[in-house]
Amino acid sequence: MNVMKEREIYLFELALEGELNSEEQNEFNLLLESNPQLKIEYDEQKKIKGVLMNMSLKNPGKEFWDGYWLSIYNRIERGIAWILISISAIIIAGYGIYEAMTNLLADTNIPGFMKISIIVFVIGLAILIFSLIREKLASRKKDKYREIQR
Amino acid sequence: MKRAYYSALAILGNHDDAMELSQQAFIRAYNNFSKYDPERKFFTWYYKILRNLCLNFIRDNKNKSHLIEEITYRTMDDIQSEIEKDEEIEKVKRALNQLEHSDREIIMMKEFENYSYKEIAEMLDIPIGSVMSKLFYARKKLANKMK
Repeated sequence: MNVMKEREIYLFELALEGELNSEEQNEFNLLLESNPQLKIEYDEQKKIKGVLMNMSLKNPGKEFWDGYWLSIYNRIERGIAWILISISAIIIAGYGIYEAMTNLLADTNIPGFMKISIIVFVIGLAILIFSLIREKLASRKKDKYREIQR
Repeated sequence: MKRAYYSALAILGNHDDAMELSQQAFIRAYNNFSKYDPERKFFTWYYKILRNLCLNFIRDNKNKSHLIEEITYRTMDDIQSEIEKDEEIEKVKRALNQLEHSDREIIMMKEFENYSYKEIAEMLDIPIGSVMSKLFYARKKLANKMK
């Protein structure tokens, strides 16, 4: 697009908005007079703008707006609750596993191979959970639309 | 709040998704409030979060319809009959839904949500001249689709 074309669009848009000053209005009138194709173009833009001006997006109603913020507060509160529950669950589970392992190792009635099997199972489970969390975090980082930098 | 919902509606096309994502965007804004620059308008920052969420949603839900449905007549004058109005709305909807996402978005922002060129430029992070140019061509495409 050349410079003149940009100027034409600028004048078109201001004319459609009714925001041309007298100098720009004269320039715009001359432009339309000198080029009938632009006049056709302008009339078309004016017509479509006129149609769109009559329309709006549907208002969902008072009830919707009344509950809108309440729903956001509920979601934030539930988010905080989930974080707290998750943290405490990790601590409780960690402590439980530690206690179970300590008792297991101290128990002389359980054969050595069983102790080793259970320990290996727990280590395997821990690696699996770690791997899943890492994969989830990596996929979040790769997300090209992921915000928020400002 | 209203601006947030309508902006989401303009991108996503339907009520339920617009409500869900505009609320999600508020929660993200709340969680990332430390990144907000108070020198800038809150809504401009919020809109970027919302827009990214909506684009993600559209990308992840390709099979779902994102056509504009929630359009109505602004004023109920008696010049046109109800049938004529309905027909015109359907025509505009059909044409809007045939446009590319970026064209539809800029038309919705200017003509349905009444943002100024400056506000649109800030929200989309492009110069005002580009807003005018994009809008001009988007309207032209819409007019062609409506023929």
